[in-house]
Amino acid sequence: MTGLEPLPERAPGGDPDPGHYHLRLYVAGQTSKSLKALANLKRFCEEHLAGRYEIEVIDLLENPRLAAGDQVLAIPTLVRKLPAPLKRIIGDLSNTEKVLVGLDIRPRAAPV
Amino acid sequence: MPPDVIAADTAPATLLKAPTGIDGFDNITLGGLPAGRPSLVCGAAGCGKTLFAMTFLVNGANRYGEPGVFMSFEERAEDLAANVASLGYDLDGLVADGKLAIDHVHVERSEIEESGEYDLEGLFVRLGFAADSIGAKRVVLDTIETLFSGFTDPMLLRAELRRLFGWIKERGLTAVITGERGEGQLTRQGLEEYVSDCVVLLDNRVADQITTRRLRVVKYRGSAHGTNEYPFLIDGDGISVLPVTSSGLNRPASSEVVSSGVPGLDAMLRSGGLYRGSSILLSGVAGTGKTTIASHFADAACRRGERCLFFVFEESAQEICRNAESVGLDLPGWVKAGLLRFEAARPSLYGLEMHLARMHRDLDRFQPDVVVMDPISAFRGPDTEVHATLLRMMDLLKSRGITGLFTSLRNDGALQEGGDQGLSSLMDAWIRLQDLEADGERNRTLYLIKARGMSHSNQVREYRITDAGVELIEPYVGPEGVLTGSARLSQAAREQAAMTRRHQEAQRRRRELARKRDALERRMQEMRAALEAEEDEANLLLTQDDVHEAVLADDRTAVASLRGAAE
Repeated sequence: MTGLEPLPERAPGGDPDPGHYHLRLYVAGQTSKSLKALANLKRFCEEHLAGRYEIEVIDLLENPRLAAGDQVLAIPTLVRKLPAPLKRIIGDLSNTEKVLVGLDIRPRAAPV
Repeated sequence: MPPDVIAADTAPATLLKAPTGIDGFDNITLGGLPAGRPSLVCGAAGCGKTLFAMTFLVNGANRYGEPGVFMSFEERAEDLAANVASLGYDLDGLVADGKLAIDHVHVERSEIEESGEYDLEGLFVRLGFAADSIGAKRVVLDTIETLFSGFTDPMLLRAELRRLFGWIKERGLTAVITGERGEGQLTRQGLEEYVSDCVVLLDNRVADQITTRRLRVVKYRGSAHGTNEYPFLIDGDGISVLPVTSSGLNRPASSEVVSSGVPGLDAMLRSGGLYRGSSILLSGVAGTGKTTIASHFADAACRRGERCLFFVFEESAQEICRNAESVGLDLPGWVKAGLLRFEAARPSLYGLEMHLARMHRDLDRFQPDVVVMDPISAFRGPDTEVHATLLRMMDLLKSRGITGLFTSLRNDGALQEGGDQGLSSLMDAWIRLQDLEADGERNRTLYLIKARGMSHSNQVREYRITDAGVELIEPYVGPEGVLTGSARLSQAAREQAAMTRRHQEAQRRRRELARKRDALERRMQEMRAALEAEEDEANLLLTQDDVHEAVLADDRTAVASLRGAAE
């Protein structure tokens, strides 16, 4: 499905803030999966979104009430708050291709 | 509760139970669901799983001081609240009071991309948070199987569910987990493998276009439980499970006698009425006054100050009342006084089981002394089932010492006849109402086929339904047989005339005799007088003869002396 999404997204020509990504990573304690996910995410962002992303890490063990808000069930869950629409990727993000698709990341030097 | 349910107060102390507050269910399970453990409630769509679970929580919060978390994987909190509002459950109020927490877990496969390993810790966090926030003791997961459509890795899900149920146990939460009925197994995803302490199966079967809800406790580890399928109801009062099974033949027999409400009928029984707690069958064809006699029966019970529950299956309560008024019975008055209650429902409204279940509930609520069912022949279905249902109904009444009057429309069709006889052997008394058609009129007669434990009249009695009620008429039994109606009247008139004739004849003979006697006596007097006259005459002559003799003798003496002197 993610393959279909990009079309309408790209359509609004201007791309007001085309590159800015607001990512939120939900973890529950410093588990290996969580650490791995965070590491993967950082590496990934540096590679593809250098300078135009922010990562917010939420530890549900500290803030359990936040889990319901983003309908988090699986840990770790990465939520793309921006750009819209909201997207979720679960897992330790070890499959880079899936993350790319899931976050719908357009390389800077994309078509145009 | 009836004795068939293993006495509820003997629940083993080893296993703590959390009462659900669902009528009947706590009886079947001897106290409720296992406390501090997860229980599985499964069934097909529309079986009432969610309602069962919600009732468990709401009752926990309201009655047992145990707050609960409802984790819904399907319906949103607003929808849940709206759905149960009709049952009087104020979810919003409970949430505001901190007695209930609702968390809607939305799982949408299309919104989730999977990349690498994950677990469901988020679910644990949410559940834990909700439980902690209100100090929950109870948890509902409805329907957790939805997760299987949200995530691709069933192996992982299974492992996580196993962990979740373990976690629930660890935290000592009493949990209800609902599951959709699957093919060949209790739930689609085989949840029963993980939740092994208590499994409750809900069922909603349709037979002959009639739906019956049934509940069965499939297993209950560490506890005895009722094993049957029990019908349950969902109505305006929520869920009630009805533990109705055939009870043992072990019940007290009262020798107290109660009136049938028809004096003439009572008089046909030596004891002057029917035994309390007995079952009475009143059978008859259409228009023989079954309902009227049943109304008398109910009226008599109320007169004694007893409570009477009147189940009607073919008429409305208002119709029964109106019709009873025409024979001088004030049933509405008894209804107002709280002694009489009507429960009217078409037989086709529910299945047989459900009727039984409903009656069971009504009996529990109203606690009647007398029950009337009018008519039992309205129940349609396979003979064996109808028979079994009625048998259980009677057992139910008998086990509680309730006097039951069952009316039955006896067609001439074989089925009903058979139904009658099948039941009749269970009945303590059987009153048969009959139509006798003769001389262009139809007359109602009644006779007692049987009345166990009391001698009774063998007569066929005619009765009439008058403004003052049902009246039995003194039977005409003569050389010409038993006569009814105008035949009886004309025969009586004929006999009256004959008697008058006989009477007059006797009088005439008596007069004749007196006359003859007078005449004879007169003649006897005359003859006596004549005899006396003759006697007088004879005496006179005799006296004259005597005098003459004496004179002659004197003369002879005188002559002789004369002669002697001369010699």
